[in-house]
Amino acid sequence: MFGDYSLGDLGAIFAMQGFAGLILFSVYVLMALGLAIIFGQMGVINMAHGEFMILGAYVTWMTSNAVQQFAPWLFPGYFFIAMTLAFIASGALGMLVEWAMIRHLYKRPLDTLLATWGLSLILQQAYRSVFGAREVGVELPEWMMGSWQATDSIQIPINGMFVMALTILITIAVAYVLFWSSWGKQVRAVVQNRVMAGAVGINTEKVDRYTFGLGCGIAGVAGSAFTMIGSTGPTAGQLYIVDTFLVVVFGGAASLFGTIASAFSISQTQSTLEFFLSGSMAKVITLLTIVAILMVRPQGLFALKVRK
Amino acid sequence: MSDEANKGLNSPLRRKLLMGMAALPAITMLPRTSFAQAPATSVVNTTGLAVTDTEVTVGILHSVTGTMAISETGSVEAEKLAIEQINASGGVLGRKIKFIQEDGASDWPTFAEKAKKLLVNDKCAAVMGCWTSASRKAVLPVFEQYNGMLYYPTFYEGLEQSKNVIYTGQEATQQIIAGLDWVNKTKGAKTFYLLGSDYIWPRTSNKIARKHIEGHLQGAKVVGEEYFPLGHTQFNSVINKIKLTKPDVIYAIIVGGSNVAFYKQLKAAGIDLSKQTLLTISVTEDEIDGIGGENIAGAFACMKYFQSLDNANNKAFVSAFKKMWGEKTVIGDVTQAAYLGPWLWKLTVEKAGSFDIDKVAAASPGVEFKGAPEGYVRIHENHHLWSKTRVGKAKADGQYELVYETADLVEPDPFPKGYQ
Repeated sequence: MFGDYSLGDLGAIFAMQGFAGLILFSVYVLMALGLAIIFGQMGVINMAHGEFMILGAYVTWMTSNAVQQFAPWLFPGYFFIAMTLAFIASGALGMLVEWAMIRHLYKRPLDTLLATWGLSLILQQAYRSVFGAREVGVELPEWMMGSWQATDSIQIPINGMFVMALTILITIAVAYVLFWSSWGKQVRAVVQNRVMAGAVGINTEKVDRYTFGLGCGIAGVAGSAFTMIGSTGPTAGQLYIVDTFLVVVFGGAASLFGTIASAFSISQTQSTLEFFLSGSMAKVITLLTIVAILMVRPQGLFALKVRK
Repeated sequence: MSDEANKGLNSPLRRKLLMGMAALPAITMLPRTSFAQAPATSVVNTTGLAVTDTEVTVGILHSVTGTMAISETGSVEAEKLAIEQINASGGVLGRKIKFIQEDGASDWPTFAEKAKKLLVNDKCAAVMGCWTSASRKAVLPVFEQYNGMLYYPTFYEGLEQSKNVIYTGQEATQQIIAGLDWVNKTKGAKTFYLLGSDYIWPRTSNKIARKHIEGHLQGAKVVGEEYFPLGHTQFNSVINKIKLTKPDVIYAIIVGGSNVAFYKQLKAAGIDLSKQTLLTISVTEDEIDGIGGENIAGAFACMKYFQSLDNANNKAFVSAFKKMWGEKTVIGDVTQAAYLGPWLWKLTVEKAGSFDIDKVAAASPGVEFKGAPEGYVRIHENHHLWSKTRVGKAKADGQYELVYETADLVEPDPFPKGYQ
């Protein structure tokens, strides 16, 4: 297929393709991080993850409208405000949901699957009733659109780079919080042995609530960022949920590093295959490979070593 | 307008008046009917449909919840507008239309179940409904078994024809061939890259497009053809492939949320639609709302209706629609086609002089609607519509600017020879 093209052309395409893979990688990490925290650390299968993301997207849309109306001078930078608000809104909703629903189900992990699936349906219909069934278009400031002309023939999408930077930042922040802060130690203590953690004076209920809130908040930020590359509608969250679970499960549920490694391998496979085959075929082969690997390694790529 | 009517923007009188006015171009061409002269129910309804001396019941069957609500909302709005206008102008055979709305909930078995309810329990004289081909396929056996009448608004892949369905949208050849000829002639396009979501409509449409490109356009060829799962959100790889192959035309039939991702990423990747020709048959004004006009400006769409069409029927229709559903609503191709449903049914019933399904089905061929917002339409023997095909260029404000329309009505051909 490359016979007719010059070397320069091919070089440029491969460079851009490399970036396409990296951007997809960032997107996967960003959408999976929140779930990895909730599923990995708490064992809760949160089917409403996509809807928490879309809440972030709607918050972004509302912020964009409000800023355009009341403070147009702020518009170039509104996205940062929107992401903060998205984090707060999704996080708050997450804590509310944890308090009202999830905490009653910790001993029945499979029931959380049904309960959160129901929650996702409720949220979808709520968005539809509040914001209307049609998709909304989120307007971006001029500097975030278009592409960066690296050379004559290499163009890199600016929104893609933005997502990459955001992903790196959030990953570092999450890693810091979980592994170096004292609150992170509490979280890990609760994960490993709830009763013991309670006995040494950790307020396990509070830890649960904030962990769930953090996961949902990150989902909100992801949703906010995805308004740049995807659609914002009541059911748009469903577009991400399958890939998100794929990344988390494939990576090994309890491992943050596993999530990143799995996002990297899935995104590279997907984007390379998509280039050489068609979109549907790429998806089929990616899924088949994952199924095959999970058959051999059901615990995922990286699993915590625990005594059984 | 009288002072009374000017009292408030939303005064019911003013609204009625405007509705009435909007319907004027349509009404003036119809034989007047009044309640006093309404024919006896026993004459116009011999099969036990829900028709009384003053009322006739029709069904509206669309998804107002679930994934498809996004698309079907416009159709529901248009059908309600048409029914209100018909009632304001005297109804059908002197009877007011009463509608029963059911929610298909984006679920095909639910569609079938609700269709059965509308036909068997409610005895609807006609049903305006369905959007996706999957939902239509699900209700088709119901309509044929219980002998109902369905007015289906969406442009679709063709390969179907039923006594019990009137297809008010375009079938594939109507929508595709004229557009390809146009882009070949005016842009000198020789190489085409076909894209689509992975299900029956885009695949069938692209098959027709490929046959036409390879068989009927001089020296033209397809340089790529690709499909993506519904809901796919990452298009960077295919965009790179497009950059590598540099086709004259990107021919895109991507639907739903994928649409938004595709156009946003196309723009972000530095493909300038004012230089790169892109022709789509799946993006109406409704979709642009979600995509954002600035992301798709410069693309061409080929369908039969644009909100910006400059004719008296359409102006009246657009203003009535906005009065009823709000200043911000947009009207896409399918919404307009849905608006045709109740009107075509009314005209057919009056031509047949009966609500009976068999008589309505038999009277359908040849029924003309001169008040259609898209201009004149006529029902073909195969129950599809003769209609013009148009090409519009997307503008940043979310509207299309008409750049081409066929001189004559295009004949519907649901089973095109040589294209299958």
